Amino acid sequence: MTKKQKSIWVFGDYRNYFQNRVTLQLLSKAFDLAHVISAEVCAVVFGHEVDEWIMEYTAHGADRILVIDHPSLKSYSTENYLALIEKLARERDPEIILIGATDFGREFAPRLAKRLNTGLSADCVGLDITDDGLLLQIAPSFGGNMLAEIVTEKYRPQMATVRPGTFKEIPHNYERKAIVERLPLMEKLSKSRIRLIEYERAVVREHTIENATVIVCGGRGLGNKKNFKKLDELANLLGGDVGATRPVVYANWADHKALVGQAGKHIKPKILFSFGISGAIQHTAGLGEADFIIAVNKNPQATMMKMADVAIVADASDLLGSLIKEIKKRIRD
Amino acid sequence: MLNIIVCIKQVPRVTELPWDEKSGTLRRDLAAGMINPACKHALEAGLQIQEKIGAMVTVLTMGPPAAEEVLREALAMGANRGILISDKRFAGSDTYATSFFLATAIKKEIPCYDLILCGAYTSDSETAQVGPQLAEELQIPAAAYAENMDIKGSTLRVRRLVDNFRETLEMEFPALVTVSMEKYLPRYTTLAGLENAFVDSNISTYDADALGISDNAIGRQCSRTRVRKVYLRKAQKENVILTGTAAAVVSDFLNKYENKISAAIGKTIEEKEPGND
Repeated sequence: MTKKQKSIWVFGDYRNYFQNRVTLQLLSKAFDLAHVISAEVCAVVFGHEVDEWIMEYTAHGADRILVIDHPSLKSYSTENYLALIEKLARERDPEIILIGATDFGREFAPRLAKRLNTGLSADCVGLDITDDGLLLQIAPSFGGNMLAEIVTEKYRPQMATVRPGTFKEIPHNYERKAIVERLPLMEKLSKSRIRLIEYERAVVREHTIENATVIVCGGRGLGNKKNFKKLDELANLLGGDVGATRPVVYANWADHKALVGQAGKHIKPKILFSFGISGAIQHTAGLGEADFIIAVNKNPQATMMKMADVAIVADASDLLGSLIKEIKKRIRD
Repeated sequence: MLNIIVCIKQVPRVTELPWDEKSGTLRRDLAAGMINPACKHALEAGLQIQEKIGAMVTVLTMGPPAAEEVLREALAMGANRGILISDKRFAGSDTYATSFFLATAIKKEIPCYDLILCGAYTSDSETAQVGPQLAEELQIPAAAYAENMDIKGSTLRVRRLVDNFRETLEMEFPALVTVSMEKYLPRYTTLAGLENAFVDSNISTYDADALGISDNAIGRQCSRTRVRKVYLRKAQKENVILTGTAAAVVSDFLNKYENKISAAIGKTIEEKEPGND
């Protein structure tokens, strides 16, 4: 007998655009990892009428697709999906399982790991194979300010969740072929203890401050609510969102939803403008993943100024006014 | 009366995290603690149920002896009693091990619970895994991201927003719910409440032996993952400092970084050609 083919599984999470994108991004990463450990890439798809996803996952790098297509799986159910994937994983013993850190995935993956008696790392920003052939799971820690390298040495599968947008999908290739295994729904799918009473697509924007590319944050240094409100104008110009520190939220200049930091949102913009913010840990704990930071403060010694890529020593409100004026003059599509 | 357990976690409050260079781990013993913000929302949810229909609210935490502080803070907010599970050998536990220890404490000390509430994530190592794993360990139904809870008899109805779907779920007690950060804004702790919480102690502490956890189920033996290395995420930033009048410094700044900003916003902010004026 030849040695059993190793397999890297990617859970097919497809309910909306972002969920499906993260699945494609994971397939791409799995494709790279599979090359290093001579494994196949296997997508696992549960649902009803899922041919669209089978085709997409094949085109994006899956070698094998395990499908359970049944009317009773039409709506997402953590309990049912857990029972199904647990059974498949026990039968087939995958080396690695990757799951998108969607709301669903964050609830589903920890329970699956527990059921399979194995480890899981959350929100990995990097995945690699170590010299000793293990899955290297690089995950943020302490509000994104630190990174931890984690391995699951003795237990299998090695499991990780990854946030949408972390990896790049490979371009689709509809010529690719995959082995599609259509499996029956197991006979005694026990009655879920959770009843889905109703569900509807929410009429909320897909866009939230957590996934905004540009964010303009303001603090007490802006002086008053009127000055703070000017941030809206800059945010609109740049197609970004407004964030706030805790004192500003308490002073009612901004809504609690805009609170960035330890007790609020953790953000990861490409560009972060920070106006009149000193940089207390309660705020900066939410900034670990901001890419490029421009801080404006009268005090060049402020923590926020020290952690910035560009520190502009100026009155925050004055500078905000000038910046809006100048960008208005320059901006075009 | 309903029996509610709220799991809370102590997280470091300090500006500079005391870092143990040798072992690459956080010296939690040196960090002043506070209730993890997400856990406070869970506690608030428990207290609202307590006020509305009556409930015994037990706060449960695992941590160093100093974690007793956060139990007292929870008592000051209105919780009825606190349980600390603390043992040097629990240090370095991953979520797999942590959920096992918490489940063991619950089975032993609070077996007749109806509802367990947890925060959606913790601010120090946001894994958000302990809640779901605790539910798995106890084999009870669970729902994450609850924005609203309705209790009728032994039936719990949870409304939540997941991946842009608004769902209403129903389950029977016992159940576990993690509470959304968007709702259940935590109340303030009054000074009088805080004083009482320190005078009138209703806190029990258990170690591994008291919980009947055997030596070979503790710490690294129980954890499934191992942290090989921890490091600061970023190399030192360039930290360019710009000074001058507002107008001059804005122009200087935009000229220097126009490409970077244009790329991020998907529009150009390059200065227009001066020629045609």
